[in-house]
Amino acid sequence: MPESKVLQNTPLHALHLRLGARMVPFAGYDMPVHYRDGILKEHLHTRAAAGLFDVSHMGQALLSGRHALMRLEALVPGDLQRLKPGQMRYTQLLNAEAGILDDLMVTRLSSADEPEDRMFLVVNAANKAADFAHITAQLPELDLLVMRDRALLALQGPAAAEVMAALFPASATMPFLSMRRETLDGAPVYFSRCGYTGEDGFEISLVSDAAAGFAEALLAHPKVAAIGLGARDSLRLEAGLCLHGHDITPQTTPLEAHLGWSISRRRMEGGGFPGDAVLQAQHAQGPRRLRVGIRPEGRAPVREGAIIADGAGREIGIVTSGGFSPSLNAPIAMGYVASAHAAAGTAIQLALRGQMVPAQVVGLPFVPTRYFRSPS
Amino acid sequence: MSTVYFTKDHEYISVDGDIGTIGITDHAQQALGDVVFVELPKAGATLARGKEAAVVESVKAASDVYAAASGEVVAVNTALEGAPGMINEDAQGRGWFFKVKLADKAELANLMDAAAYEAFLKTLD
Repeated sequence: MPESKVLQNTPLHALHLRLGARMVPFAGYDMPVHYRDGILKEHLHTRAAAGLFDVSHMGQALLSGRHALMRLEALVPGDLQRLKPGQMRYTQLLNAEAGILDDLMVTRLSSADEPEDRMFLVVNAANKAADFAHITAQLPELDLLVMRDRALLALQGPAAAEVMAALFPASATMPFLSMRRETLDGAPVYFSRCGYTGEDGFEISLVSDAAAGFAEALLAHPKVAAIGLGARDSLRLEAGLCLHGHDITPQTTPLEAHLGWSISRRRMEGGGFPGDAVLQAQHAQGPRRLRVGIRPEGRAPVREGAIIADGAGREIGIVTSGGFSPSLNAPIAMGYVASAHAAAGTAIQLALRGQMVPAQVVGLPFVPTRYFRSPS
Repeated sequence: MSTVYFTKDHEYISVDGDIGTIGITDHAQQALGDVVFVELPKAGATLARGKEAAVVESVKAASDVYAAASGEVVAVNTALEGAPGMINEDAQGRGWFFKVKLADKAELANLMDAAAYEAFLKTLD
């Protein structure tokens, strides 16, 4: 088969092969979809102990300049000016219709007494070139430094804190959505308490040369297993988290996507971001459609693209992510439905191979999240 | 004594007299990964060679299973519905999908034997 595009490798590529990974092309990279244990076992291991994920394909960048926090607010609805040093936030790059160009994590690095703001950005692999071009074009007065020579690892699961504390004791008390800068062999390492599984965990940004050694040090812990992108997808679906290009796109807004929690009252009322009028109108009147959780009856997974109908068979929406939940041992899905059908408990139907499968709208997440809460 | 034949879509058919037992090959189950769901044909249904006969789904994706030969479905492995993981454990044994009464044994001449299938797998990557 002709493969016109050459796939890129992450700094852990050789380690993946050594661990028996099945490699697939993803966002231009040759990535592990699962290792020898397979997706089901890897998924359940992450929920029970700790999983190590290579997410080095994601985009990492430093954005700095005078009033950079305020200036980046011109592109996103997130409240960046209220970020404290070392605090991170989930937000979205929007287009003029409030459609989501990408979602991203923004961490404030600079302290209050620095003359310039500095931020660390993590964006989706598939969008990174477009995101960075967009930020550079829209905010030419800021400095965007794309960190190409860095790996990104994620350690996720109930044992993640214990494993990480053995290497970096200070990580134990880190609040959820905070970052710490540490030094490993003289090079800066950024530890963030965050993730994409619904579990407690960390993301670790470090120079490429140090990544394989660090990954192997984590894997040496008996509670840690390498986990592929397959389980990463089923874990985030159980946690009710959106995947850009599927559950959120340039055609869906943050309010339709049920991401209103990521927009503060100051930003919603004050606007000053692309599509602000669209979001304010949706905020006042309610969006016409909403992202919801879906539990199909029976065992058949219902996949992305399946039509959603009401009890009478009228089309009311579409499935944007669907699959099998290893934790619930049942199919789960997310999708958009007309707002009148979005209440939990609403009976709906899903088109599957020429038949209609009965299903129910449910609240998200499907599996309770277990993010770290600092003892206060 | 049964003879096993294979398709390029990685189904097998194990033929004993005029009954063929159809499932997916060990290679197919490995490529699919953990199977979480199967949809089987109904007993009594008439299947045409090469047409969709069943669906097998892993965590990641759904795949069609085609009828390796034409005939009437005389048995289905309903045990798979509650334990689809059997397909991963023993694809060419306990993980069989359904049995057909062969309508035309001459169709089997179009299929590969074990040696030819093994050679075919080597051409795949």
